[in-house]
Amino acid sequence: MKKFNGNVLFLDRSDINTDEIIPAKYLTEITKEALKPYLLEDLSLTGFDIEDIKDKAVIVTRANFGCGSSREHAPWALEVNGINVVIAESFARIFRQNMYNCGMFAIELPSDKMEYLFENYAGKDTSITIDIDNDKIIVTSSDQSEEIDFKAGEFDKTLVKEGGWVGYADKNY
Amino acid sequence: MGKTIAEKIFDAHRVNMPFPNTHVLKLDRVFCHEITTPIAITDLMARGMDRVFDPTKIKAVIDHVTPAKDSKTAEQGKILRDWAKRHDIKDFFDIGRNGVCHAIFPEKGFVRPGYTVIMGDSHTCTHGAFGAFAAGVGTTDLEVGILKGVCAFHFPKTIKIVLNGNLQPGAYAKDLILFIIKELTVNGATNMVIEFTGPVIDTMSMESRMTLCNMAIEAGGTCGICYPDMTTVEYLWEFIKDEFNSKEDALIEYSKWISDADASYEKVYEYDVTTLEPMVTFGYKPDQVKTVNEMSGTKIDQVYIGSCTNGRIEDLRIAASILKDKKISDDVRAIVSPATPAIFSMALKEGIIEIFQNAGFCVTNPTCGACLGMSNGVLANGEACASTTNRNFNGRMGKGGTVHLMSPATAAASAISGKITNSKVYKA
Repeated sequence: MKKFNGNVLFLDRSDINTDEIIPAKYLTEITKEALKPYLLEDLSLTGFDIEDIKDKAVIVTRANFGCGSSREHAPWALEVNGINVVIAESFARIFRQNMYNCGMFAIELPSDKMEYLFENYAGKDTSITIDIDNDKIIVTSSDQSEEIDFKAGEFDKTLVKEGGWVGYADKNY
Repeated sequence: MGKTIAEKIFDAHRVNMPFPNTHVLKLDRVFCHEITTPIAITDLMARGMDRVFDPTKIKAVIDHVTPAKDSKTAEQGKILRDWAKRHDIKDFFDIGRNGVCHAIFPEKGFVRPGYTVIMGDSHTCTHGAFGAFAAGVGTTDLEVGILKGVCAFHFPKTIKIVLNGNLQPGAYAKDLILFIIKELTVNGATNMVIEFTGPVIDTMSMESRMTLCNMAIEAGGTCGICYPDMTTVEYLWEFIKDEFNSKEDALIEYSKWISDADASYEKVYEYDVTTLEPMVTFGYKPDQVKTVNEMSGTKIDQVYIGSCTNGRIEDLRIAASILKDKKISDDVRAIVSPATPAIFSMALKEGIIEIFQNAGFCVTNPTCGACLGMSNGVLANGEACASTTNRNFNGRMGKGGTVHLMSPATAAASAISGKITNSKVYKA
C-alpha cells in the first residue's frame, strides 16, 4: 500500500482539469518520474504558487476535480510528488478510476463537510491521515484535530490494498 | 421495467460483479494511440506480462504527434510500432496511413452497434454514435484491457436528450452539443451515459452524430449514444454486407440495441432545436457558451479546422462552401487538418483542398495537431484561436492562449473576417 498521510494542499476551485494538472506537452514523457517538475503547471487559481506543492501529501479541493482528458499522467504526476490522496466534493469519472487503479485515494465528501474543511483548515498548516480500516479522515492543524467519516466502495478499497487494478485483474480475470 | 441501450450492452457483456455496483465487462474493442499506450506496454513488459488478449480486437494508431517531432515522440511511436508487430496486431496505422483515432477507427468499420469499446483517450465516447458503449479510460484500464479484454464500470445511469424540430441553416451538430453542454454544465453527466434521440438525430448523418457523442465527455458523460438505424447500417454496409442478406436484416439485428420505451432514466431533457443559433465558447470551460452573435467581433489570431470533433469530410465541405473564392484575413493564420487519409483524398478530389489553399489555409497531414498544443499550431501567450476542437481549457493549445470552440462554418467565416463571425454573413 502507498502512504496516505501528510501535509495538505488546499485548492479552492471547482473543475480543475487534467490539462491544468499536467499539460499535454509533457505527455511525450515515457516515465512517471519525468513528470515531477510539471505538476499543476497550468493551474489557473489566484494566489497559487507552484512552490506550494512542496512537502504536500494530500490535496483538498472542490467539485469535479480531474475533468477533461483521460491522461493517467495526472495521478502519476501527483504520485511522483508524494501526493497519494485527493479529497473533493466530486471527481470526473476517469480521473477517479485512474486514482484507484493506481492504488491511490480519491475521496468524495458531501459539500457541507468540504465547506467545513475549507473554513476551518485552509490557510493553516494542516495534515491529514487516512484510516483505511475505519473509513476515517483524521485532520489536524496546530490548534485542532478531529475525525471525519468517509465512505469508500469495496472495489475502491480493494484496489488501494492490492496496490492497483493490474495486480487484481491479473489474479481474477 | 425496460432497459436502456447501455444496460442491454452491460447485460450482454458482463463477466461478473465482484463488488456491489462494479460491473466487469468483456471488451469487443481496445483502441490504442501512441500517447497513452506506451506506458501500458512498458509496464506490462516490466511485469513480465507482455501479452495481448486478442490481437484482432486491438486496433492501434499513431495520431497525436505525427510525423514525430522529436526523439521522445519518436520513441513513443517506436514502442507502439514494435509492440503491434510483436503481437501481430494487423490493424496498426502508422504514418502515411494514419489519422485521428476517433475518425479512422469508425471509418474502417471497427465499431458496431452493441459493442463495448475502451481507449486511453477521453473522446472515445465518440463511438457511441454507432449504438455502442464506448468509454475513455486511463492507462491502467487500457493495460488490463490489452492483457485481459475486460474493464470495470459502475452501473450506467442514463440521461436522455430528445431533440425535436429542424436545425436552421448555419446551425450544426457542433452548435447543438455546445448548447447541450451549456445546459448540462461540465459535470452534469458525470458517471452517466447521454442518449441523443428524437427526430433531429433520425435525420442526422453518422458524422454529425459522432460530433455530438464526441463531446459527451465535456459534460462529464461516460459515453454519448445514438440508437442504430438505417443511417448506421448504410455507413457500415461495406464492412457488414457478408454478415447479412440485406440492409433490412442488418437493421433488425441491430435494433436489439435500442432502449425500451419504459426504460428508466436519471433525467430526460427535451429541446426544440428550430431556434438554435450558432454557438461559441468563451472562458476556459466548455460550458461557458454564448451565441456567435453575442461574441461577434471578438478578435482571433488563428483558426483551426480539424480534430476528432470536426475534421470529417462533412465538416470540410461546410467550411469550403463558405471559403470558396474568398481569402482569409491578413490578421489571422489558418490551419486545416483533414482527420484521415481517406478524408484528405476525398477533399482533394472534390476540390476542397484547393479552396482551403486558395483562401490561405495551411493544410496539414491527418493528425490531432493543434487541438492539444503538443505538436503543431501552438498558440503564443495572449493569442486566441477560433477552433473546431473540443476543449477550451486554460493553456490547452499553448500556454497563455485562449480557445473559442465553434462549428466549422463559424470557424471558416471567422477566418475570413479575422474575428468571430456568424457564417450567414458569407452565405448567399
